[in-house]
Amino acid sequence: MSGLAQQLVLGLLIGGLYGLAAAGLSLVFGVLKVLNVAHGELIMLGGYGAFWVVALLGLDPFASLLLVVPLSLVLGLCLYWGLFGFVVRADEETRVKNSLLIGFGLALALHTVAVLLWTADERSIVTPYGGAVWTVGGLSLSVVRLVSLALAFALIGGVHLLLTHWRWGKAIRATAEDWQAALLTGIDIRRAYLLAFAIGTGLAGAAGTLVSVGYSISPSIGLEWTLKAMIVVVLAGLGSMIGTFVGGLVLGVAEAVSAVVFGGPYREVVGLVIFVVVLVVRPRGLFGR
Amino acid sequence: MRHLAKRHELRWAAGILLALAALAPLPLAVRREDVLNTVFLVLLSITLAQSWNVLAGYAGQVNLGHAAFVGLGALVARTLWIGGTPIVLAMGAGALVAAAFALAIGAAAFRLRGAYFAIGTLALGEILRTTVNNVLPEISTLPTATIGAYRLSHRYYLALGLAAVSVVAVAALSASRAGLGMQAIREDEEAAEASGVGALRLKLTALALSTGLAGLAGGLFAYYHISYYPSHPFSPHWTFDALLMTFIGGVGTLHGPVLGAILYVVLKEYLAVRWVDFHLLIFGALFIAIVLLLPGGLVQAAERARRLVAR
Repeated sequence: MSGLAQQLVLGLLIGGLYGLAAAGLSLVFGVLKVLNVAHGELIMLGGYGAFWVVALLGLDPFASLLLVVPLSLVLGLCLYWGLFGFVVRADEETRVKNSLLIGFGLALALHTVAVLLWTADERSIVTPYGGAVWTVGGLSLSVVRLVSLALAFALIGGVHLLLTHWRWGKAIRATAEDWQAALLTGIDIRRAYLLAFAIGTGLAGAAGTLVSVGYSISPSIGLEWTLKAMIVVVLAGLGSMIGTFVGGLVLGVAEAVSAVVFGGPYREVVGLVIFVVVLVVRPRGLFGR
Repeated sequence: MRHLAKRHELRWAAGILLALAALAPLPLAVRREDVLNTVFLVLLSITLAQSWNVLAGYAGQVNLGHAAFVGLGALVARTLWIGGTPIVLAMGAGALVAAAFALAIGAAAFRLRGAYFAIGTLALGEILRTTVNNVLPEISTLPTATIGAYRLSHRYYLALGLAAVSVVAVAALSASRAGLGMQAIREDEEAAEASGVGALRLKLTALALSTGLAGLAGGLFAYYHISYYPSHPFSPHWTFDALLMTFIGGVGTLHGPVLGAILYVVLKEYLAVRWVDFHLLIFGALFIAIVLLLPGGLVQAAERARRLVAR
């Protein structure tokens, strides 16, 4: 029984990161109606960015967020100006297809860059307090992962506040809701697209940082994280940051339970099966409108 | 207009089939295995690209789980073939299993529209890949006697025949009433339904044809490769390859995927030799450039060039 409880805790801890990974994808998909299949590669780059900041500057891995997130935002701006900005000019059907194509091209390129720069080995950031464990009622909680979960929640909460209170945040939401109406009310929807994409990339960078601290990264983790993020987006539905975070926790717990019931190798399969079933039964997500 | 378009497609079909026929004596004329291998890969890629093109280009459904059907075809064909079944029958069985599986999940999958269909099928492909990887973790190698009797020319002819089959299948589809109905669904599903097109039935037909061809391509791969991990043909890169080739050439046309497959394989092989380490980087960048600059692929580029010349 305590085995199951321990697995549940581990599931919740990783689930927070699933939520953070999905938040960026959800924002981009919801606002730009662009499916960025290279989202996992952006997470991977964020992870290596943090790895570099820690190795070269000797910063604390959590403090590296202060550098990685702004850099990711800039990367997001560049990617929008260079690539995705051209995609959003097309109508919605073409948009999804072209974004898939560009995403695959980008994923291929970023993967190669990562292999050239950092080799194909698995890496993770080692911290002096990395082994610290907090024991509560027979359950052991890794302090690093606990902090990661809290930071993930804080970041998602921050973006939620931005979207609900900031002028441009409201513009982004209006654009997601109905871009034609938004355009008629005088909102610069291109600017909203740009900001949403940049914030989405920033969230990916943050997720990558937390993944490389508590877990491990390699150049080929991209697709896996893209899939996790997509699963959560579908579970949670579009339009709510907090809902996405909860969706991430749900996926983490579901995977943990299935690892106990069906064995470790099948945890991914069960997550995917749940996902397909939810997709077919409730195409707008568990919490979607 | 439709009549003209149909004649246009049939001319292309005849041209491609003639070109394929001209490739038939190649194993007799050329002894270099690297050349034969490259042409083999082009032919396999033509089948793969056409198989994806049927569903995406004609019925407008972006299937990102295509690799699952390549993998099923390979798994069934390889198992039966090593067990002693003639390869053509084994491949046929593989195609049937792939298409049957597709039909079994099709009705549920087609409840999803647009991007959701794409995400759902991507997940489906990963479910199969992970499961096969768990159940069959051992590498599959041909028995020594089979390796001794291995002739590249046999694979080559089979690939040639299969490429011809896929071209004929797509040509027949584009000239048929069902093909027209699929294109109507691609343009506007509600409007097609309203004018009496049975959308679900036609989408399932396209899916069965598409996955059946994918299963054949998988069977060919199983016949070609001496040893590989059973989960390899399930790997998503088969889907991406099919998608890239189809879009580079021109989705929804008969000749686009053929041109795309030739360009894709030749370019990839060339870059891999020329720039070993970062060929995929160049390749990815080039591909993005094609999508941004030539959204209709090579076919549209040729069309534009022709109009410029005519002016």
